[in-house]
Amino acid sequence: MSVLGTRVVRIEDPRLLTTGATYVDDLRIPQLAGAAFVTYVRSPLAHARITGIDVSAAAEAPGVVAVFTANDLDDVPPPPADNPLAEPLLAKDVVRYVGEPVAMVITETRAQGEDAVELVAVDYEPLDAVVDVEEAAKDEVLLFPEAGTNIVAPNGPEEFDDAPFAECEVVIERTFRNQRVAPVPMEVRSAAAAWDGERVTVWSSNQNAQTTRMIIAGGLGVEPDKVRVITPDVGGGFGAKIGVDRDTVLVAWAARRLGRAVRWTETRSESLIAMQHGRAQVHKVKLGGNRDGKILAYRMDFMQDAGAYPRVGPLLANFTTLMVPAVYEIPTVQIRSKVVLTNTTPVGAYRGAGRPEATATIERLVDIFADEIGMDPAEVRRRNLIPADKFPYTTATGLVYDSGEYVKALDRVLEAAGYEELRAEQERRRAAGDTKLLGIGLSSYVEVTALDFPNGETGRVVIHRDGTATVYTGSHTQGQGHATSWAMIVQDQLGIPMDKVTVIHGDTDAIPVGTGTYASRSLQVGGIAVHECAVKIKEQARELAARELEADPADLVLDTDSGAWHVQGVPGTKLDWARLAELAGEDGLTADVHFKPSRPTFPFGAHLAVVEVDTETGLVRLVRHISLDDAGPLINPILAEGQRHGGIAQGVAQALYEEMAYDAEGNPVTASLADYSMISAAELPSFELLTMETPTDVNPLGVKGIGEAGTIGATPAVQNAVVDALSHLGVRHIEMPATPERVWKAINEARGSEKRAAQ
Amino acid sequence: MKVTITVNGKETSAEVEDRTLLVHYLRDVLNLTATNIGCDTTTCGACTVLLDGESVKSCTVLAAQADGREVTTVEGLAGEDGTMHPVQKAFHEQHGLQCGFCTPGMVMATVSLLKENPRPTEEQVRAGLEGNLCRCTGYHNIVKAVLAAAEETA
Repeated sequence: MSVLGTRVVRIEDPRLLTTGATYVDDLRIPQLAGAAFVTYVRSPLAHARITGIDVSAAAEAPGVVAVFTANDLDDVPPPPADNPLAEPLLAKDVVRYVGEPVAMVITETRAQGEDAVELVAVDYEPLDAVVDVEEAAKDEVLLFPEAGTNIVAPNGPEEFDDAPFAECEVVIERTFRNQRVAPVPMEVRSAAAAWDGERVTVWSSNQNAQTTRMIIAGGLGVEPDKVRVITPDVGGGFGAKIGVDRDTVLVAWAARRLGRAVRWTETRSESLIAMQHGRAQVHKVKLGGNRDGKILAYRMDFMQDAGAYPRVGPLLANFTTLMVPAVYEIPTVQIRSKVVLTNTTPVGAYRGAGRPEATATIERLVDIFADEIGMDPAEVRRRNLIPADKFPYTTATGLVYDSGEYVKALDRVLEAAGYEELRAEQERRRAAGDTKLLGIGLSSYVEVTALDFPNGETGRVVIHRDGTATVYTGSHTQGQGHATSWAMIVQDQLGIPMDKVTVIHGDTDAIPVGTGTYASRSLQVGGIAVHECAVKIKEQARELAARELEADPADLVLDTDSGAWHVQGVPGTKLDWARLAELAGEDGLTADVHFKPSRPTFPFGAHLAVVEVDTETGLVRLVRHISLDDAGPLINPILAEGQRHGGIAQGVAQALYEEMAYDAEGNPVTASLADYSMISAAELPSFELLTMETPTDVNPLGVKGIGEAGTIGATPAVQNAVVDALSHLGVRHIEMPATPERVWKAINEARGSEKRAAQ
Repeated sequence: MKVTITVNGKETSAEVEDRTLLVHYLRDVLNLTATNIGCDTTTCGACTVLLDGESVKSCTVLAAQADGREVTTVEGLAGEDGTMHPVQKAFHEQHGLQCGFCTPGMVMATVSLLKENPRPTEEQVRAGLEGNLCRCTGYHNIVKAVLAAAEETA
């Protein structure tokens, strides 16, 4: 029986549970012995001109090795002349967000660094800051006056055609904010660097060592082969560690300038303002349909707040744009987007990266539409979902959805939740005047995974003469469990037991070419690369075994239970992998694959959230969460469930608790974990997961990505549930996060308007 | 100042700055790096260890306060022969960890929680672990692991 699809506990866990993992800050290795520590001086203002920096007091403080400012960066490539929006390594003339690095202090100990940064005197001349994305789009305050605008990537028509909406019986127009949140991987950003002659080794916490190498080489102005990046264990990434920021490039630079190893680990409070944020979009939307429940036209006119530098803002907007049509058959879809700079921390990928935003908005609109026409929201969805017989389905944005069973996913969730009983209970509580109202929220979703499919992923499998195997993968673990799942894929094909398979990732000397882990891509590109390597090795082994046993290759059989080859009908004479590796001679038994799928894949599902809303306090409590997330066949159900659990929690967190907030001057007001309401165990129930496995035809295992399903499906289900609890009062929308204050206000405004109507 | 702290059954001693936190003593003086630092506001619990058998956040205890006392970190939890503690075993079997960063603190908090309440309900587990944050698991399998460990040890 194949190991694939079975519930295998992780082989990497005993180490993590007993001695602990080895994150960058844990490295106690000779190359970093005596390393100096980097501490950054960061801008306390959202927008200001730097008129002077006096480092003399800091330079004389105890333990200070050096203090560097932008003026010291005289041996790195200048910013590209054709890009006025380029992000400098250290701010030189202007700071554009609170947290932007202005100077770096190098000290013998970490504590000395914290003391010494206080002594760096930076003179700032404050400039007007623009924080709100809609304000920024007016271009009254410019982040880069030389560019003439804060808008970096406008896309879509100048004018929209209103005709399709004119024919609709019901038209809804709304503005929704998909708030800015912080990714908060438990391990903050961390790096260390040591030069050996002309070559640097950088230990870095990231999601893709090879991309990290290119960023560092580019920043320093050296050839990529002069940079080796080693990624030890990574304490979570969630998109925020795709590549590295300038803070890490500067660590490598400082090590070169000082001729000494240096290391850096930010504090959490620093991380909350200096590590990229996620989401941060404003959607102006219009949806039209008829009273029979059919949606006919949908317009999404949105802005992506990019923060102070464009970075991947255009990419995020593109993700959202592509997924605007979502799971529905809508005859007319209109889209316009702008990426806008503001005086805030730059925004990047965060679990879902543009897709949760698209889903959140249409799922909210479908519920409002259902309320408007007096139809059950499940029924409205059923009438508009793309039917199973229409796949592959080409969307209005040109994507080709590979496979899907959207109606079935929804119906299974409704059934598992006991939808009718929940509605009855909701009615009972309303009729009894209960102060704890029940809300039931739905979402149906589809997402795109491995959208960067042309990059593919690399794999190499080597069989050793002791019968063990080593897997080199361009994928990159931050907790997903590649050591286990890649070993399972090898065992499935070759019968080499998992405990004899070692998985290596995140070292650019061992794996010079690789793409990494983000966009829910690992299994469907990196996992398939490993699978294809194993298939190739099997064919090599078949030839070798045939020669050795003097048989026709077609008659050779691999028993994957024992990991041995024999001739069909002659099970007594066997060749094991150790022997085959020996027979392979000097070339060894090795296979390399760079797997590039032809298309991305489209996981889908449905979520149902049940909340209790306390009408006296506005407090919302999630009491049940049921999800069906279909990403094709499961390699290891335990790991897939773990991905879903984590994503759901982050989705609930965005719907109810978390927001990275700024005041009008651009000061972050949630800049520590004491202020940022990161979700804990106490706010959550256990989740109820349903499984469905609809394969894709894009790869030989039929697998899609599961990493981001949770945030995409859960957020709108929970937000819809909150509004649903209060819909009988006339509440039609509550922005995220649905804090007690917002909910209480919504209740009271609705009651106030009821009273006014009665008078 | 000089401190003497028994860590995982072994007496340790060092000259430290007065302001040295217990977590820095463990990580930087003893090189016991399993105990992690996840925040600077005593919020996340990644640094949870046992001080005389009680769970504390070692980022909020001075090394000086631990002078003459006993500290247990996750490195000291398994048996001499490497057999995992029932709580470690339960986290493994229930997939109660992903990236592993919160895990040492979460495991130590669990040991302490089960000592105080050997048969907790799910709600008590969730309330008991409120001060230990995890970004990967959604807490689902952590709660399952704690309940499984309770089952195992009760």
